[in-house]
Amino acid sequence: MKPFTYARAGDVAEALRAGAAPGAKYIGGGTNLVDLMRETIEQPTALVDVTGLSSDIKRLRGGGLLIGAAVRNTELATHREVRTQSPVLSRAVVAGASGQIRNMATVGGNMLQRTRCAYFYDAGGSRCNKRNPGQGCDAIEGFNRTHAILGASSACVATHPSDMCVALAALDAVVHLDGPGGARKVPLTELHRLPGDHPEVETVLDRSELITAVELPPLPWARRSTYRKVRDRASYAFALVSVAAALDVRGGEVRNVRIALGGVAHKPWRAHEAETALIGGPATTRAFRAAAEAELMAAKPLHDNGFKIELATRTITAVLSELAGGTR
Amino acid sequence: MYAKSGAIRINGTPVPPPDDPRVSLLDLLRETLGLHGTKKGCNQGGCGACTVLVDDERIVSCLALAVQYTGRDVVTIDALAGEDGLHPLQQAFIEHDGFQCGYCTPGQICSAIGMAGELERGVPSHVTSDLSAKRIELTDDELRERMSGNLCRCGAHNGIVSAIAQTHRAGQLSPRSSTKARRAAR
Repeated sequence: MKPFTYARAGDVAEALRAGAAPGAKYIGGGTNLVDLMRETIEQPTALVDVTGLSSDIKRLRGGGLLIGAAVRNTELATHREVRTQSPVLSRAVVAGASGQIRNMATVGGNMLQRTRCAYFYDAGGSRCNKRNPGQGCDAIEGFNRTHAILGASSACVATHPSDMCVALAALDAVVHLDGPGGARKVPLTELHRLPGDHPEVETVLDRSELITAVELPPLPWARRSTYRKVRDRASYAFALVSVAAALDVRGGEVRNVRIALGGVAHKPWRAHEAETALIGGPATTRAFRAAAEAELMAAKPLHDNGFKIELATRTITAVLSELAGGTR
Repeated sequence: MYAKSGAIRINGTPVPPPDDPRVSLLDLLRETLGLHGTKKGCNQGGCGACTVLVDDERIVSCLALAVQYTGRDVVTIDALAGEDGLHPLQQAFIEHDGFQCGYCTPGQICSAIGMAGELERGVPSHVTSDLSAKRIELTDDELRERMSGNLCRCGAHNGIVSAIAQTHRAGQLSPRSSTKARRAAR
């Protein structure tokens, strides 16, 4: 690990001042960043600890919740209102990592964690455009069973590893940022970028911008929502495919629906095609399957991950059927 | 803004944070303080061998920069036994053959104690069916899911599960279940 200085920010203004220094990086729980620094993939010269900043979950007027960026993952999953109003979020958080890591990891850090693509991690032996822009990508012709099927580019086929973000994408969450240019809000679905020609640029954040909170707008019908994660073992593994969904069915008709996918793209993948296909139509398994197929039309499989197309289609269908079953 | 302030309380003793912020909590314990009970397995958060309790919550100390833990109360396996003998969970590991080589054991034990606290606070898990339940039973599925961050490569998982289950049933799965730990955590 390269040497760095460490300082703890007492408030956002302090964090932004320290974060503006060249080579500075914010640190939350450190569960991904410390590992990346050990591998010399990340080499910050200064760490600004932001775990002392906003760690409350506040109820907003008109419904909805404002979740501080320093809230720990365990705390988020346990929060009474999250569990009852947005079960998909609670379920997504506890589907990720281990009990120990969820106690450390913050909400802000979870959003900014980096891909677990093995070629990205292999700093000594593999080419990676994300790690060394312009170098080439060894995953595209390599062992790519876990890689992206949607929105990838010829420069990068890595996936975003977060479970929490998939639920946030489905819930229309809005990320609150603060930076030298002032505060602004970005929908979670627009926080992360697709790889294009610059997979090293993973989010729309400016260099020293800081995530201060994430807002869940009121979505009363998201009480009927869930998260399903398909992985190689029953626990403590990243998703091959995951589905976050909320469904509002009245009289056998889909009034509203939100679907997001994990494990399939460089960002949490909001399934707009499937949503559009479903709204106003019948809440039947057949319709769910057709909508899932419509979403996956754009999928481009690599050598080893073609199975993800059918897996994602079936998982979407199963999750929506489960949610619809509960309404009758 | 401050670089570091105060000490880290480790098993009841205040310890100054390291001068070099690269030092992990795990390395501080083992290399600086000579507390070799906590083990270094993968050193990347994958195996749980380095699990310790911070303010009664379990974390992996390998991914923790020690400087981030000033003002916190760290309890390691070294402080769980009391003058009156082993912590009940340590005893149960012996009785249930909860280990073979023993390398993962300190992490397993600290993790199980932290897990019991999470259960008491109503923290849900991946296999909790009713998220609105006030009380979550520690079924076999719950126990295995909640302990999935601790690997045992000898394959003693069945003994580990029964040792934890028995100690939990007896109401002794808390960090305060031995005198020395009670004093350490005050």
